[in-house]
Amino acid sequence: MKIHEYQAKGLLRAAGVPVPQSQVAFTADEARAAAQKLIAETGIEVVVVKSQIHAGGRGKGRFKEHPDLGGVKVVKGADAAAEIAEKMLGSTLVTIQTGEEGKKVGRVLIEQGMDIASELYLAATLDRDTGRVMIMASSEGGMDIEEVAESHPEKILKSSVDPAFGMQGFDARAVAYGLGLEGKTARKMASFLGKIVTAYNDLDCSMLEINPLVVTGGGDVMALDAKVQFDDNALYRHKDVEALRDETEEDPAELEAGKWGLSYVALDGTIGCMVNGAGLAMATMDIIKYFGSEPANFLDVGGGATEERVTAAFKIICKDPNLKGILVNIFGGIMKCDTIANGVVGAVKQIGLEVPLVVRLEGTNVELGKEILANSGLKITSADSLRDAAQKIVEMTK
Amino acid sequence: MSVLVDKNTKLLVQGITGKTGAFHAKLSLEYGTQVVAGVTPGKGGSKALDDRVPVFDTVAEAVEKTGANASVVFVPPPFAADAIMESVSAEVPLVIAITEGIPVADMVVVKRFLEGKSSRLIGPNCPGVITPNQCRIGIMPGYIHQPGKIGVVSRSGTLTYEAVHQLTALGLGQTTAIGIGGDPVNGTNFVDCLQLFNEDPECEGIVMIGEIGGSAEEAGAAFIKEHVKKPCVGFIAGVSAPPGKRMGHAGAIISGGKGTAEAKLEALRDAGVKIADTPSDIGSSMASLMG
Repeated sequence: MKIHEYQAKGLLRAAGVPVPQSQVAFTADEARAAAQKLIAETGIEVVVVKSQIHAGGRGKGRFKEHPDLGGVKVVKGADAAAEIAEKMLGSTLVTIQTGEEGKKVGRVLIEQGMDIASELYLAATLDRDTGRVMIMASSEGGMDIEEVAESHPEKILKSSVDPAFGMQGFDARAVAYGLGLEGKTARKMASFLGKIVTAYNDLDCSMLEINPLVVTGGGDVMALDAKVQFDDNALYRHKDVEALRDETEEDPAELEAGKWGLSYVALDGTIGCMVNGAGLAMATMDIIKYFGSEPANFLDVGGGATEERVTAAFKIICKDPNLKGILVNIFGGIMKCDTIANGVVGAVKQIGLEVPLVVRLEGTNVELGKEILANSGLKITSADSLRDAAQKIVEMTK
Repeated sequence: MSVLVDKNTKLLVQGITGKTGAFHAKLSLEYGTQVVAGVTPGKGGSKALDDRVPVFDTVAEAVEKTGANASVVFVPPPFAADAIMESVSAEVPLVIAITEGIPVADMVVVKRFLEGKSSRLIGPNCPGVITPNQCRIGIMPGYIHQPGKIGVVSRSGTLTYEAVHQLTALGLGQTTAIGIGGDPVNGTNFVDCLQLFNEDPECEGIVMIGEIGGSAEEAGAAFIKEHVKKPCVGFIAGVSAPPGKRMGHAGAIISGGKGTAEAKLEALRDAGVKIADTPSDIGSSMASLMG
């Protein structure tokens, strides 16, 4: 699960991580009030208006409605902040991560202007090779870290955290000095790192990225941006984090699928897939591509799906406007083929079927499942193997 | 021969009184597996599976009373890491975690806990391990398997069934099929399983099924290149998956340009592994190598 920058900063602030003063605003009036308050408190006229969407590249992004305006704007005074917020709110921001359609901005963050001496990069994430949390830091802040990793791998410092002991002071100091920091700034950086690791663990993050992490003219270190992703498996023990979910940022079909306990990802192709098991679901997508077409989605109905869940899955697939055909591929282990067959027949009877449907069943109760499909009176094409099924649906949708 | 489990394996089921645990423990028992004990804290002294299996409060007690030498974990996600570590602490040689959805942070602790211990962990989020006609531990359909000479190792459940089904249909039985699971932090990886298959004189061919995300397949490929002379067939799921999207399994995601299917396929090809072009060609690819 992802959250907005302002929410991430709120969590970090609560964890003792230094972040700039800021306030979220949903309207231009709120933006003006927030800016006035910030200016009064800091004595600095400069404030930053930042679009809040779940995608990176906001600074370089552009609004469809205002081609000259980026997603992040530095302004002077509360009136200017309100004026920019007015333009951003309700407009569509296109960045390298949003795709061409862009994302509608529903909230902006009003943040104090900072006196920046240098920009650094910091991230905590899981290192799958060691099974441990790893800190990555670089003096090349503000940049796309993947580009830095590609062109200057020596500029990325890494530090692995032993889960039995946590990050030690000397580990943190090694990173701080490795970044070229000195004196009290290095000490502040080491303290910052310790708090980041604690926040990462306490919040069950899967990724925590501070880019840029800035050193101010006064030698302080501060998180100027914050991107946090959470381990979905651990959300059950973080109701407060779950409450930060912004459903307008999520794909409606994926959201609906999640409510049914289905694992669904919308894709760009035309052939809808319903499969049991994540690996087999990916393999089914792959074989559709192999035979020259493209999958419309990834969908794993899971091992213990009921007829109702299968019906719900089928309905979600059918909502895709690009849909030209459906392939159901089930290898029944725990999942019984007759359950799938009944679920599919039930769904088709409820919502009708406007595109070709190929069903391949194998495993537990396969004969019973095929019988149910054959006796349904519906136009369902049966297939004997995954290859057969994929070839048939690709052929039928050409 | 077989690896990891055989007819002498004495199985302990953690979570035997739960719905899934009871259902699959019963299937394992009917398959011929020696299911010797169940563990559910608070239900010690009772019996499970129609009075056939004694239930204990702790793993240590179950091991002491029954001589169990393998454990399978069906405990729900919030308590699964604790259950795994209880078995490791009781020095159960083989611990197989079926549970799906364990928080990654919990598995980071489990992996650290395993360091220096004698137990091997398989999983979590895996279908389990089966040696056909001898021992079934997990949730796979037993009837698709057949004893034979092919070792199968996979990160995915139903895709493993697909491969095994094809092998069996072509008369290629299996020594042992191992599901290592789809989570980013797990106990046993491809390399460990490939080593076991490589050292088993009765294993004559290996099927390795990977998916996008991480670099376990690349490590497996490097091991094959260096050590394995037996014929190997590989398949990687997720060629059509876009970067940044998690495909069901917590571990199945291409991020930061890493974990792509192309890189994994290239590593396997370079190691001399025959790649199945589609998931329907896994069995026939192995058959062509076995001659």
